[in-house]
Amino acid sequence: MTAEPERITDEDLHAFVDGVLPAARRAAVEAWLAATPDDAARVAAYRQQKEGLSALFDPVLGEPVPARLAPDAVRGGRRRVGVWLGRAAAAVLLAGAGFGGGWFASEAEFPRLPTLRALASEGVSAHRVYTVEVRHPVEVDASRQQHLVTWLSKRMGREIRAPDLSGHGFKLVGGRLLHADNQPACQFMYETDDGERLTLYIRVNPDSRETAFRIVEQDGLTAHYWLHGALAFAVIGEIGRDRMERVAHTIYRVFES
Amino acid sequence: MTSDRARLIEEQIPSLRRYARALVGARGEADDLVHDCIERALSRWHLWRPDRDLRPWLFTIMHNQFVSQRRKAARRPVPLALQDDAGYTATPPTQGSGLLLQELAGALAELADDQRAVLLLIGLEGFSYDEAAGILGVPRGTVTSRLARGRERLRRLMAGEEGPVLRRVK
Repeated sequence: MTAEPERITDEDLHAFVDGVLPAARRAAVEAWLAATPDDAARVAAYRQQKEGLSALFDPVLGEPVPARLAPDAVRGGRRRVGVWLGRAAAAVLLAGAGFGGGWFASEAEFPRLPTLRALASEGVSAHRVYTVEVRHPVEVDASRQQHLVTWLSKRMGREIRAPDLSGHGFKLVGGRLLHADNQPACQFMYETDDGERLTLYIRVNPDSRETAFRIVEQDGLTAHYWLHGALAFAVIGEIGRDRMERVAHTIYRVFES
Repeated sequence: MTSDRARLIEEQIPSLRRYARALVGARGEADDLVHDCIERALSRWHLWRPDRDLRPWLFTIMHNQFVSQRRKAARRPVPLALQDDAGYTATPPTQGSGLLLQELAGALAELADDQRAVLLLIGLEGFSYDEAAGILGVPRGTVTSRLARGRERLRRLMAGEEGPVLRRVK
């Protein structure tokens, strides 16, 4: 005679998926699943989830651990570089003040981050200076884009790319070489059909640390800035934060590979 | 002995990073979380009892950091940092299952924090239900119910039965 399968709870199913069910109970679950296709499908889906999570995130185990996470570095008081959601929020909406120290509500909030602290103000300064130029907004214009990126890459000692932002309505106008702390830096300028301008400021990131995106806003300008690999980025424009966020994502991806 | 301490913690860093990456998504933020966790673990080393496993202790610290950071973030009225999505591209999308994995990553990000944490502690990090309960500071029954709700929601998101905008209020 065939026994009616024993009633199985959700908790049993998950314990089954996680392999923590006692052997006796396991047999009961197997019998239940054989008779209950819906639950069998759910169990299969949960198992796929587990496998998928491993496939997605196990590669992190093989990544080199960033030097700043070594316990000695942590204990040595090297402050973290990145920001957390909240910290990013603290990077600041400042009224009116000039650049320099004025960009941050509290210098103490970002100790020992000369690169990062300077990044946004350098980028914004360069933006203000050159976006108002009518006749000479760039040194090399977009018609010679290949030459432009080769030249800048050579001067920066890193591979530089001019991200394609046409998906956001911005066409490349061109770019120029700049300097920051006696190091080369560069700026790409973009423009919409309406003449709205946006600049991407790039400089070398001396110690290859990485951060999350940070945001500052001032006088209608929005700047997103971040450190990524060998480079430091700031993208600046008079566009709203949401749009800028999407632009920043695109740029990030261009330099990801 | 400090060098011992450093070595013991160092052994756990890869899995702390994996969990953090899966929990918050972006690489920079995830590593910040790990950094804060290590900092705190070092400063509270005297509270660790050597007869207990180090790993759950570290994960407990990291979880508490995560919760307090989220709370602070929620209190602030202004902008959220962007996710750089770096955590979700560990597997090249050219692989056959890549698209599915990207979907899974997206669905995972849709889960409520507490469900995602349970799913990852158990499904990715291999903690037992009791260990997960200890790490999260909740009863075991809460762990099992969050696990069930989280996995089911993930399944429905993946199956297209539930849109991401229809986030249920807990």
